[in-house]
Parts: sequence; structure tokens; C-alpha cells
Amino acid sequence: MHIDTSYKFREMIDFRDNIARELELRLIVYSFEEHIGSMHPSKYGMEKCCRFLKTQALLNAISGYGFDAAMGGARREEEKSRAKERVFSFRDEFGSWNPKNQRPELWSLYNTKVNKNESVRVFPLSNWTELDIWQYISREKIRVVPLYFAKIRKIIRRGSLILLADEFNSPQQGEKTEDLLVRFRTLGCSPCSGAIESNAATVEDIINEIFAIRYSERENRAIDHDSDSSMEQKKIEGYF
Amino acid sequence: MSEFVMDKDLLKFVTAGSIDDGKSTLIGKLLYETNGVYLDQYTAIEKLASRKGMEKPELALIVDGLKAEREQGITIDVAYRYFSTSRRKFIIADSPGHIQYTRNMVTGASNVDLAVILVDARKGVLEQTRRHTFLVTLLSIPHILVVINKMDLVDYSEEVFEKIREDYLGFTSKLQIHDLQFMPISALNGDMIVERGSNMDWYQGRTFLNFLENINVASDRNLIDFRFPVQTIIRPNLDYRGYAGKIESGVIHAGDDILVLPAGIKSRIKSIDTFGGSLEYAFAPQSVVLTLYDEIDISRGDILVRTHNLPEIKNEFEAEICWMVDTPMVPDKKYLLKHTSNTTMALIKEIRYRININTLHRENTKTLGLNEIGRVLVQTQKPIVFDTYDRNRALGCFIMIDEYTNDTVAAGIIWHTSGSLPDAGQT
Repeated sequence: MHIDTSYKFREMIDFRDNIARELELRLIVYSFEEHIGSMHPSKYGMEKCCRFLKTQALLNAISGYGFDAAMGGARREEEKSRAKERVFSFRDEFGSWNPKNQRPELWSLYNTKVNKNESVRVFPLSNWTELDIWQYISREKIRVVPLYFAKIRKIIRRGSLILLADEFNSPQQGEKTEDLLVRFRTLGCSPCSGAIESNAATVEDIINEIFAIRYSERENRAIDHDSDSSMEQKKIEGYF
Repeated sequence: MSEFVMDKDLLKFVTAGSIDDGKSTLIGKLLYETNGVYLDQYTAIEKLASRKGMEKPELALIVDGLKAEREQGITIDVAYRYFSTSRRKFIIADSPGHIQYTRNMVTGASNVDLAVILVDARKGVLEQTRRHTFLVTLLSIPHILVVINKMDLVDYSEEVFEKIREDYLGFTSKLQIHDLQFMPISALNGDMIVERGSNMDWYQGRTFLNFLENINVASDRNLIDFRFPVQTIIRPNLDYRGYAGKIESGVIHAGDDILVLPAGIKSRIKSIDTFGGSLEYAFAPQSVVLTLYDEIDISRGDILVRTHNLPEIKNEFEAEICWMVDTPMVPDKKYLLKHTSNTTMALIKEIRYRININTLHRENTKTLGLNEIGRVLVQTQKPIVFDTYDRNRALGCFIMIDEYTNDTVAAGIIWHTSGSLPDAGQT
């Protein structure tokens, strides 16, 4: 299942559809239709946009389809409140994360019990680092969205963010489109995911870049910076 | 690409300390020195420091994750931290030290190879030091490093270091510790963390980072007792029937004779299959699919072992359990017991005693409350296949779950029924 906010990068959506077709997977795409079209970060702020189009949409979909568990690729090293996350992260009937009362996880024994209307988020890659991910991709020759690789792309500089000039981002007053060699370390929604200047065009280049780089990958996700504890707050509301 | 080693050796260690002993500073320093702190995370704490009117950012703040923790300056939950050097990858389970969070410390310590226990050089061995030491010995962590911090505040005195070392050895003489080391440091000034510094020339041992990079933990792995708890049956077609799981300990070869427990049915390994092809042999901690020469009834929770190396099979055993929820334990109440891939009903038939985790004395009790640890007699509905925890961690540990709330109410460690636990002060 994919929660589509309608602001996802075109290349990401194409990649998703191709993989689903090739592997003959049943792909569920869920969007919070009520807010699609009207909700936008520039109009309501990033926090609110994210809350409706991602968090609330995810909660709707989990309960609507009756999923007991949702698996995701979040990792503990990404962000400080995620460092406290469990592998099997219990969510109450409101989809809320209670960081102060988490089920203890000892050894390799996971408590997977949930009541009706409750669910768990499962993060099998909790203990992986960004470097582990790319080394694994390299070893297993896993295909990834091309946006992860450096290429000259049309971009717009907005504040400290480098945004892709695409159907979702157009130059505002005082801004212009320019060509720049960039790649993405993390892919979210196009209006809120910044690229980094990089010439890493292959998996090996990326691995070498990670050895050198000193910025955490979520740094280019505008959403985490709203306040000092913004990720913790979002997770309490039900964010992945 | 010289550093490109996917399966670089991994060391997992837990850190435990008392309030204000500089644990977060030590970890912050370690992360900072090994490039484990990302610039934006550093900028965030810099901003916070200027807001609070401090001169330089507190490296300790890198470590505390939750809002409440940063506000109160304490660690509540275990936080996992990651860093690597050219020699090793590291995972730190940074655990709270306060008695109120004992369950979190037990959680953090359940999966590690080494425990780093911090002692404030000015304060020496405290009640908390004793408690942390007891907990890590309870969990049979093979290596303990006692780090005596804030040496700068005692003029880097060798006498102070030696005194603390002697005190510590005194109270641990009755505990079973496989490997115990001591190290003087100043986390704030960086003495003996990455660089030796020039303040403690009397100390001949390794620096903290050097110690972490070189400690040998590979030999702690159990490669003797083959134990394979079946997780699921793989049956893509009528011609293939494989048993998938993780080898928890030991080694297995194609052609080996095995027993399926608890039923006791004998068979032989036909193949050891993986996504990448079949293997001649496999060992812990590999995840594999085993096929057998005989068609026998095997389901999730069954355990495959070699015929000449058997675990115990019982429905009554002694264990030490740590109670993990506010609601006290109810003797004779049925709880779910999860052990390897097996879940069964169980009850606490008898509490032999509670362990006072500060004094290590045994006390009589009718129940166990939050964070309390006791020696109990457990009875299970179905017999379980186990080894004692000191012999084989994965086959000697379990959790208990309340069927109604679904909470994980207890963590347990199975011991020899006749054996006695480490106890420094029998009363």
C-alpha cells in the first residue's frame, strides 16, 4: 500500500508502478481525497499538510483496510526521537505513539499482540544506518528510484532548500529556475524534499559520499525542522 | 573503497550510569569524535545552547531524544546510537540508570556483548553502581568495563582510581563476571577517550575507543549447541517442504541426524537452502531453510537439534523474572509465555524470593511489582524446549504477555533448578 499525497515525485510514482507491474503485485494506492487539491504546504503550512495528506491518510487506510501491521523503512539513526522507536511499535486505536510507555523489546522476542482497532508499525531496518542501506543495495544489486543519483536537473532555490522544478514547484517572485548537478538523499513530497549538490551518479559513488558527508539525511526534509521536537510530535499524532 | 566492508564486525554495548556521572557527555564525545554526529543534529543543539545562554553546546544533548528527557536532563528510555570506525561498527544501547527505569535498563542490556558502567570519580561506587552491575550480571553480559569518569575533578589521582577499583572488586567478588576491566577517563576533557592525553601517564591500558575496537566478542558466540526454532513452513509446491528459521546456536551440516522437539521424532538434514542457493553447512546466526529426508509433522515453535546434543524439555522450570508493568504480578494467573518462536500459556506457581537489587539480599514476597526482580517457579501448559540462559541466551530467555492488555509484563531468564543465583548478601 502506498499513501499518495499527490505531491510525490513523478519518477517515484513511475518506479512504484513499474515494480508492481513486473512483480505482479497488488498495489493499493490510498489518498485522502477530501483534501487532495485543496491542501498545500504553501497554503496551510507544512505541518498541517503533512498531518492530513500523510498521517491522517495513513490512519484512515490502516483502519479502512483493516491492516494489523504496517511495515516501514524508518531507522533509529535518522532522527533523535526515532532513536527511541521499537522494532514493533504499538499504536493505539487513534494510531498514536506513546513514547513514554512503549512495550519493552528484549532479545529477539517481539510481542505482536494487538486488539481490534489497534495496530503495529514494524521497522525491520531499525538498526541499519544509511551506509548499511547503500552497501546492501550494492551487494544485492537492488534497483532504486533514479532521483537518488546525481544528474543535472532543473531546480529552484527556496531558502536553504534546493527544490526540483517540476509540476509541483514553480519559481515564485524573485526565484528562478536553474540547472544544477543534484541528487536526493531522501524522497518525500516534492514541495518539501530538498536535493543536495552531489556528483554521486552510481551506488559506489553514493557509498563514498556517505563516508565523507556530515549531514543527516532527513536534514533536507523541511518537515522535521518546524520545531525542536517536531518528529516526536508527528509520531505521537500517528506519522510513520 | 577500502572501507567498503558490508559485514564489518559489529559490537553492541550498553551504557549504564548514575545521574550526573557524565554518561551522555561520554557518548556525545564518542559520537562527535567518530563522525557519528551529523552536522544538522549538531547545529540543532548549538541553537538550543544559545537559547539557554550557554557558551558551547552540550554534547550530552545529542544523546537525549525525547522532549521530556531534554527538558529534565535525564534519560528515560533506551536510545540506540550508531557509529563506526575503520575497524568496527558499533551500536550503543544507552540505558537509563534510575531505579524507576530498571525495566528499560534490562531491555537495553538484553542484546549486547559488553556493558560499560560509569562511576563518578568523586563519588565512587554507589548503590546505583551495584544495581547496574547486578543487572548486567543477571543478563550474563560477558564483558564489563567500569569507566571511572571525571578524573579531572580528582586531579587525575591514581589513588582515587585504585580505591574505586578495590571497592568495586570487593562487592563483585561473589558475582560471576567473565571479563572485568577498569579505565580512568575525563569525558569532558577527552582524556583517554580517543587520545590518551598527558594527565594519566600512570595508566597503561587502552583508550576507550581503542578498547571498543579491539575487545574480542566473537568467541562468546555459541557454536556448539545446534538449536533451530522453526518459524514457518515453506511449501511452494507438493515437491518441496522446508522449515524456515534462524540458527540460534551451533552448526549444522547437510546429512546430519536431527531430532524434532518436543515430539522427539528423528530425521536427517537433506538440504540447507537460502535465497542464494544451497549450503553444505550453516551456523548461528544464519537464517536458512532446512529440508528433511522424512515427511514429518513439524510446526512453528518446534525446535530442531542434533541427536547427541540435547536441550531440556520441561513444563516446569525456575527463572529469574523482571516485572515490567505497574500492575503487580498475580500468582496463579495465566499469562502468555513467548519463548523462541513458541507461545504457550504459563503461570507463576511460586515466588521463591525477591531480590533487593540495591543490596542483593533475598526477600520474601507474595508478588512482584514494577521493576522488581524475583526468582520464580514457572509452569507452562505445553512443555518447552530450553537451555539455561548462561549456556545459551536465545534458548534461555522468554517474555510474558498479559492476554487482556497485551502488555509485555515480564522478561525472564531460565536457570538450573538446582543452581543458585549470584548473590552477594545472603540473609
